Amino acid sequence: MLEVKNLHVKLEDEGRVILKGLSLTVPKGEVHAIMGPNGSGKSTLAYVLAGRDGYEVTEGDILWNGESLLEMEPDERAAKGVFLAFQYPMEIPGVAGLTFLRTALNALKKKRGEPEVTTPAFMKLVKERGQKLDIDIEMLKRPVNVGFSGGEKKRSEILQMALLEPTLCVLDETDSGLDIDALRIVAEGVNALRSPDRAFLVITHYQRLLNYIVPDKVHVLADGRIQKTGGKELALELERSGYAGYTGKAA
Amino acid sequence: MAAVQETIDQVKKIDVDQYKYGFETRIESIKAPKGLDESTVRFISAKKSEPEWLLNWRLEAFRRWKSMTEPTWAKLRYPKIDFQDLHYYAAPKSTEGPKSLDEVDPMLLETYKKLGIPLKEQEILAGVSSRVAVDAVFDSVSVVTTFKEELAKAGVIFCSISEAVREHPELVKKYLGSVVPQSDNFYAALNSAVFSDGSFVYVPQGVRCPMELSTYFRINERQTGQFERTLIIADRGAYVSYLEGCTAPMRDEHQLHAAVVELIALDDAEIKYSTVQNWYPGDKEGKGGVYNFVTKRGDCRGHHSKISWTQVETGSAITWKYPSCILRGDYSRGEFYSIAVSNGYQQVDSGTKMIHLGKNSTSRIISKGIASGHSQNTYRGLVSAHRKATNVRNFTNCDSLLIGDKCGAHTVPYIEAKNSSAHFEHEATTSKISDDMLFYCRQRGLSEEEAVALVVNGFVRDVLQQLPMEFMAETQKLIGISLEGSVG
Repeated sequence: MLEVKNLHVKLEDEGRVILKGLSLTVPKGEVHAIMGPNGSGKSTLAYVLAGRDGYEVTEGDILWNGESLLEMEPDERAAKGVFLAFQYPMEIPGVAGLTFLRTALNALKKKRGEPEVTTPAFMKLVKERGQKLDIDIEMLKRPVNVGFSGGEKKRSEILQMALLEPTLCVLDETDSGLDIDALRIVAEGVNALRSPDRAFLVITHYQRLLNYIVPDKVHVLADGRIQKTGGKELALELERSGYAGYTGKAA
Repeated sequence: MAAVQETIDQVKKIDVDQYKYGFETRIESIKAPKGLDESTVRFISAKKSEPEWLLNWRLEAFRRWKSMTEPTWAKLRYPKIDFQDLHYYAAPKSTEGPKSLDEVDPMLLETYKKLGIPLKEQEILAGVSSRVAVDAVFDSVSVVTTFKEELAKAGVIFCSISEAVREHPELVKKYLGSVVPQSDNFYAALNSAVFSDGSFVYVPQGVRCPMELSTYFRINERQTGQFERTLIIADRGAYVSYLEGCTAPMRDEHQLHAAVVELIALDDAEIKYSTVQNWYPGDKEGKGGVYNFVTKRGDCRGHHSKISWTQVETGSAITWKYPSCILRGDYSRGEFYSIAVSNGYQQVDSGTKMIHLGKNSTSRIISKGIASGHSQNTYRGLVSAHRKATNVRNFTNCDSLLIGDKCGAHTVPYIEAKNSSAHFEHEATTSKISDDMLFYCRQRGLSEEEAVALVVNGFVRDVLQQLPMEFMAETQKLIGISLEGSVG
């Protein structure tokens, strides 16, 4: 279970306060969506969960399975099962996708004290999981994300998720830049991973994605706080009325 | 990827700023008295019982050297070297006299074993690794050369240059100094006067050398310069691949290394020369380390000849090195692939020269510089086309990668086309390992060191692929170790 308790976060550089007492609970087996206008702190929440530098938590805590994540390095959090699907995945020139995937998988296994994956087992796994996302081995021989289209980047993020098998999946605007076919493939990939011991936090600007990834709960994030929590119908309501009611101005 | 994992394991095994090859071998040695004058030159020549012509050649070089001044155009800063405060000759006592492997001092064999260079042929044969013939140079002398007999069957001569002077004087006389003349530059002149040993290779007409050849250089003695001289000749249609490796003990003082390498490729011949330079780089504060002033030049003398330089530079406090190709033959080809890694207070000024004299000659330069810590990393290169060298082509790609914000990367390319048919391309990029890139990798489970090693290995991939297979994994490890502690 993910428990975000009264989280206050400011930017280290400029001191601007982004999150102002955000609280949120996502039990395992559930998919929660976070919706909100631009600048409400959605991406900040995703980055703070994953442990990116540049943010200062001034108050509150983040617990994952009862353990605080705040003092952990990003890779330690990853070993605890935290995964962030990036809004803008980074390019790594010269490093083949397969190399990257295998390095990451083995790094995690090592941290967890598990044996490394063998080459044949790894290749089998990649082929199988890749197929579902319409990703073939040729694409994974190319350097990570270099020259990828928006759709390819997002599909590759979901493939990483499928291979690394995290237990807390945070998707940061995974739908941005996707056409409808790519959106469907990505959503199917996510849905295939839904399981009783996995929690999802889906951050999105639009309701569209939630037609494909149906959430158990929807939270409205505005002005650094959760303003309202409801069922999946809340997303439809937001689509109609906008975020104006939560920010005091039209979004 | 396994290699990245190995890099990390390797890094973990050693303490912070621990140079793996920094041990010293306690062995009795014979040294020339400190200082340099004509008598030093005569001393070295006499030690090697050299013929009159070579002594005169050395003395001529020494006379030229005295009138020359140290080059200052490189982007390197270091206190003035006192050339009178050095020993110009040091040899382990036990190597005097004839040497077969059984007679080599066991302590020397042990030293090379510790460095991962087995010299006993039976050990090499028993191992799974591919066979490589080794010439091991310890301070000023060659201690042993392996697989000589087998190479001799193919007609290949592989021995120390001192031995070549005795056994094959006609070849040495013909080619020595024909690519790098005595007065070529300050350090080449110094080397010509006092060079003590090095390797000699001659591959006869039409012969493909049956195994990789390599030389392993080790500076052991205190306050001693190493001045080796390597001469490789590939006769018409011959092929040879040669590897060079170097290490030195950790010392507070600076050690001087000024080598000269000459390559000659006749018609249709090919020479592939690879270097993994890992001289002691100095400590974290920049104390100690090797000053590496090297002149390497290949002469594509015949038509359709090819010379390829591949270098991995991770060591030395100062590197001044420009392996070059004179593309004299029509349709000749020159290649330069380089990875230069600098950390701490290392300074690297390295690059190449591609001198196109022959018609339709082509060249390719791929240089990857990686700077971290407080280091300065400069690529300096010249591509030129002679007036009569029509239809020549060059492609150059110089990429620099910066890690952290206290280091510098510089690119100084000179391009001179003296005829209008030359086709020169130059690409250059400078990038920085961004925090975002590292965060992305770390989010996927990689530690900071693993993330840096992965990104850097990706950056140098084009060049790594040029290295002989057995050197590739080794190099990936070495790069990981060299960059250890470069972030955070």
